[in-house]
Amino acid sequence: MSKRMEFGIKATLKELLTYKSGILGIAILVFLIGLSIYTIIALPYDQAIKLWRGAGGIWLDNPRNALPEWWEIFVGKKLPRTIILDSRTATFGVSKAVTPVAGTNMKLVTINYLFEYNYDDFPSEMNIFFYAKYQKDPPLVKLTLKKPSGDTIEFPRFALKAPNDTLYYSISNDVLNTLLSHYVSKYGKINISDNLSPLELTFGKDTAEGLEKGTLDVEKGVYRLTIEATCFGEDSDIDARVVVYGKVYGPAGTDNLRRPLEIALLWGTPIALAFGLTASLVTSLLQLIIATIGAWYGGIIDSAIQRVTEVYMILPFLPFLILIAAFYQINIWVILVTVIVLSIFGAGIKSTRALVLSIKEYPYIEAARTYGASNLRIIFLYIIPKILPPIVPGLISAVPGYVFLEAALSFLGLGDPFLPTWGKVLNDAQNAGALYRGYYYWVLEPSILLMLTAFAFAFLGFALDRIVNPRLREM
Amino acid sequence: MVSKNLLKYIAIRAIAIYLTVVVAIYLTIIIANMGGKIDEFVLGDLQLQITEQVNRNPQYRSLPGSEKEKLIRQMFENEVKRLGYDKPFIERSFIYLQNALTLNLGRALFMVSDSGSKLVRNIILERLPNTVLLFTTVTVLDFFIHLFLGLYLSRHYNSFFDRLVVALSPTSTLPGWFYGIFLILIFYTWLHLLPPGGLVDVPPPPDPVSYALSVLKHMILPMASWIISGFFLGVYGTRTFFLIFSTEDYVEAAKAKGLPPRLIETRYILRPSLPPIVTSFALSLIGSWGGAIITETVFQWPGLGLVTWQAIQSFDTPVLVGITVIYAYLLAATVFILDIIYALIDPRIKAGFA
Repeated sequence: MSKRMEFGIKATLKELLTYKSGILGIAILVFLIGLSIYTIIALPYDQAIKLWRGAGGIWLDNPRNALPEWWEIFVGKKLPRTIILDSRTATFGVSKAVTPVAGTNMKLVTINYLFEYNYDDFPSEMNIFFYAKYQKDPPLVKLTLKKPSGDTIEFPRFALKAPNDTLYYSISNDVLNTLLSHYVSKYGKINISDNLSPLELTFGKDTAEGLEKGTLDVEKGVYRLTIEATCFGEDSDIDARVVVYGKVYGPAGTDNLRRPLEIALLWGTPIALAFGLTASLVTSLLQLIIATIGAWYGGIIDSAIQRVTEVYMILPFLPFLILIAAFYQINIWVILVTVIVLSIFGAGIKSTRALVLSIKEYPYIEAARTYGASNLRIIFLYIIPKILPPIVPGLISAVPGYVFLEAALSFLGLGDPFLPTWGKVLNDAQNAGALYRGYYYWVLEPSILLMLTAFAFAFLGFALDRIVNPRLREM
Repeated sequence: MVSKNLLKYIAIRAIAIYLTVVVAIYLTIIIANMGGKIDEFVLGDLQLQITEQVNRNPQYRSLPGSEKEKLIRQMFENEVKRLGYDKPFIERSFIYLQNALTLNLGRALFMVSDSGSKLVRNIILERLPNTVLLFTTVTVLDFFIHLFLGLYLSRHYNSFFDRLVVALSPTSTLPGWFYGIFLILIFYTWLHLLPPGGLVDVPPPPDPVSYALSVLKHMILPMASWIISGFFLGVYGTRTFFLIFSTEDYVEAAKAKGLPPRLIETRYILRPSLPPIVTSFALSLIGSWGGAIITETVFQWPGLGLVTWQAIQSFDTPVLVGITVIYAYLLAATVFILDIIYALIDPRIKAGFA
């Protein structure tokens, strides 16, 4: 019997490949399964959750809301990558020199950062993270920036407020004022536009006209940032990390918490497939068994199942699910079980029951009864295998519904509290107003994956339907 | 026309459906109270009422604080006993059931209705018309689009459009709210043509005509998202359905008799296919009530769905329970209306009771 089943499956697969939609569905599905396997191996569950929660500021050096790197192809510009220069590690372009000031216990620390900026757009942010060691008096820090044109901007000296102080260069008012006064003294009488940000004033090719109009081009070339710090005390020292945040990041971009989106996009795949397939498979099989048992035994069992099915049809499915998910903060597997429990007495019962009622009268069943086969044997070995094939297309076509159900729950903020899923990315995007602010990539990436999944199963179900129900082929 | 038997049938269905509602609401209460949630807010509500009542009564105004507290506690305990809230859960659950069935849904924890009421019933019922307006319109539009295009394609079977519709039918696996996200991206963020959500412009236009136009403008995108989502599968389904009906023997017989095609279509194809079509209409209406929750969240349409979302956000448990109760009634009402229509158009039911 198992040999014949195998033959059946092989034949079905072969026939499936004669349909364009079948080929397409299988191709997408193979891709998604491959992606899932890669995800589970390359990015284990615990690690993914830790990364996604982003504890300990691990994403501090990532740009916020950055586009994926391949976006450049559509824009036709070279968009800035993030430049990280750290004086604590020997990176190319960073040099540090410490000179004690003779006669005192002070020392002069000079850190030079050289970097090339050859992008067609301005950076999104710039921060300087200081790491100072001192006993009593914090170091005095002076920044000097030399632009590719040779123009040198000196920033007034300031004292650090804490050992781990940060200069938020792109939003600091002091920085802005220094830059403005620099250009005023360079060009004399000039009305610098209010639209210019510190970053544009720093990385822009300054012309009197451009400054007044508020539109500057990017000045490409080698920049040199110098930090001169006076440290007080024996053990004192200072280091700094300069981060010039870009506008693109990685294969999928980042969200508003600087997290790389690919983590959630990758992990969403196995979750969506597992959730959709399990829910659809278990629901369909249970419906099948319940309907068959009801139709076979008849009487009270049958009418009880019929009444319960009718009650289920009126049960408000989604509000119920929302109520449970909201009250009990459940994880994805409990959501799965809840979904299954809420759909086992679905509409499928009625159609299967009608089918079983007619099969019940078939001669081979009568024969089985005559030679004394038990009820369970008839139900599970004679009836269910016979009605299983026609429900397979429906089972496959129902998968996207469950995938979207999970996405919808996550979208409402009711999904698994830890797992990164596609719906969660959509929820984050919605909460951050991505739809209205034009962060297309943030919405499109999970959406396209959801669409791919839905289409894979829809195409497959469509083709299977034609194979299993040949009558459809004529229409 | 309306026979006694028909009335009897309708009455039986009404009772059956009402019993279903009772079961659904009782299940809601059991599920919601598994964490003691209902007890919590019912007792909190009572405490609040009594405190207010005591504070408002001039008779108690001169009482010192501690005395007043004692009085409140005393009254609270009496009330709990009087209302039966100290009984075991099984008994208590039936009190809750009765309250829920009579839409006595208590007060919200944080949310306030548009007219300023804190009663859960008002919060929900004030938003109900918006949901009904949007989703009934969509479902009716959908129904006629599918019906006419399906009929058209069944007549032009295997034409280019027919094959196109069949090929594109998998697009309907994507739900309406999902298309909504794309529509907002295209028509608001990119083209700036249509509002991304809400019911009317802010501030609302003063005269009723421009108010209605403004609402209509805000309805375009949510409606379009549902129409796109259901379009190809809906038309495909109706077309296949009509194809099956038009190959029945009695249609062949009518053709052989030489009846005009229009007559065949209306009397021999449309008429017998009416009951299943009405069923599918009602089912899609029921489906729309559920789908409304997410679509309204996407479009910020101030209906039942948005209330649900807001209740989740502020974790307003009484409102969440109330919404489930209202949805149960809404579904039951839809099913009941379907039953009546069904009885009127399906001769088998009439015959069954004759």
